[in-house]
Amino acid sequence: MTKKNAVELREVAKKIRVEIIKMLHCSQSGHTGGSLSAADIMSCLYFNEMNIDPKNPKMQGRDKFVLSKGHACPVLYATLAEAGYFEKEKLSTLRKLGSTLQGHPDMLLTPGVEMSTGSLGQGLSAANGMAMAAKLDDSDSRTYVLMGDGEQQEGQIWEAAMTAHHYKLDNICAFVDHNGLQIDGEVESIMGIEPLTDKWKAFGWHTIEIDGHDVEQILGAIKEARDTKGKPTVIIAKTVKGHGFTFCAGKVGYHGKAPTDQDIEEGLKEINKS
Amino acid sequence: MRELMGIRETYGETLAEVGAENKDIVVLDADLSGSTKTAVFGKKFPDRFFNMGIAEADMMTTAAGLAAAGKIPFASTFAIFATGKAFEQVRQSIAYTNLNVRIVSTHAGLTVGEDGGSHQAIEDISLMRTLPNMTVLVPGDGFEIRKMIRAIVDYKGPVYLRGARNKYPILFDDKYEFKIGKAVTLKTGADATIIACGFMLSQAVVAADMLKEKGHDVGVINMSTIKPIDKEAIIDAAKATNAIVTAEEHSIIGGLGSAVAEVLSENHPCFLKRVGVRDKFGKSAPAMELIKQYGLMPEDIVAATLDVIAKKQ
Repeated sequence: MTKKNAVELREVAKKIRVEIIKMLHCSQSGHTGGSLSAADIMSCLYFNEMNIDPKNPKMQGRDKFVLSKGHACPVLYATLAEAGYFEKEKLSTLRKLGSTLQGHPDMLLTPGVEMSTGSLGQGLSAANGMAMAAKLDDSDSRTYVLMGDGEQQEGQIWEAAMTAHHYKLDNICAFVDHNGLQIDGEVESIMGIEPLTDKWKAFGWHTIEIDGHDVEQILGAIKEARDTKGKPTVIIAKTVKGHGFTFCAGKVGYHGKAPTDQDIEEGLKEINKS
Repeated sequence: MRELMGIRETYGETLAEVGAENKDIVVLDADLSGSTKTAVFGKKFPDRFFNMGIAEADMMTTAAGLAAAGKIPFASTFAIFATGKAFEQVRQSIAYTNLNVRIVSTHAGLTVGEDGGSHQAIEDISLMRTLPNMTVLVPGDGFEIRKMIRAIVDYKGPVYLRGARNKYPILFDDKYEFKIGKAVTLKTGADATIIACGFMLSQAVVAADMLKEKGHDVGVINMSTIKPIDKEAIIDAAKATNAIVTAEEHSIIGGLGSAVAEVLSENHPCFLKRVGVRDKFGKSAPAMELIKQYGLMPEDIVAATLDVIAKKQ
């Protein structure tokens, strides 16, 4: 795929956000906030960085993406549809009987989904396995993984953090979508994860802190990750849950709530003006 | 007394053999490679061997990632950790995804012995057979596990193979033919049929000989594939003898006995008795003392068989 520039990537992120709220409004079920917070990262990965072919989803040597925070799959589905893995019309079938778009990602049903996820804490381990396979095959394939910040509370994340460091998986680049909220409230009040960057440093990772809605910063961090040899990189991306729409931005109530009729009306007006 | 042959030792040797033939095979272990014998592979193919440390959850999902990338991972640890501690990882990342991960455990059942109840998996068959897509295998002797390992290399979908710490009496030889999903009749009999798996297969063979001395003609079936279970073999045995005994080194809840009872009750109800661990945890003791204590001796199978024979008359 041809690489889009920063201006185009911002436009793509906007399109992804529109599709996210439209599909969630349609399904009236799903996770709005954590999908919207990751739209800019997804735009940069799929439309600038990753070596992929939407017409040939199983292309040999492709880069891979694992959505460890599987509940945010609307952002993945919108991104895959925008990239051309399947028709955008499919997005309205989200969570419905017979749909290829399950409530959480299913690699057996959706083209472009590299790993089924949904049970938090497992994506990094799976990504490590893919990265190990790439090393065994002498392949340049890189593996990207997006985790939630609440998800950092899962013990398996830290098992996997040790593994990636131990096996020097410099072909892994992880993101933490650090929007500060989880289903029951603020991450720091439910089960504090800070100092998060120091934790990853202590586990031997190269760490980069960015504004997860700033396309230039995202692209810069991805490049820095690619240039970092001998150890894995984690990009701690400060984000706003529900970013892009006033009706849900920064609101914990929109973790697992779909937009209402009024939300969608206001939301589409707002984004068209921006 | 029959000669003994190691289950885990044979696993280690066979894994190294198939590893030499197929470069896609990778092996993961969680700090028990000396016990599970995957270290034999690790020594020969260090690049394809990943010691994951004491982190079974991470090991299982990493194996899934390797399988998603086209590798054939064998992931080994003790049965209790493979199926118990990492159950949800096995469910989500391996079974739900239908990936080609081969989970080969060792140290299943009471024959773990001295380590005690915390380490004796008596529920692993039950846990694994409830998962869609999962194939569940239990070898009856060293020759059978050798054939099983070869059979699962190219098999499509996830597999759980229940291995053991102890050596088993040899029942077969190199000519033995193993096919996933196919039960093997060791002996036919008109009075009753014993359906067994794993270590209890050799106990069943002894029990059938003891019953013969008492004047009863009792058959023995090796049900080494628990899932997909060979329904036809079970129904045929029920039709022929109307009296079935199951024998397993596992809880009678959810294991071979339950699987056979499910087939019988839906297809051909007959007299059934399950020999196994009766809803209890294990304890520390030498393996064979536990087998005796928990009612898994040939004498126990004989008593159960006489019971079903008496009932049908």
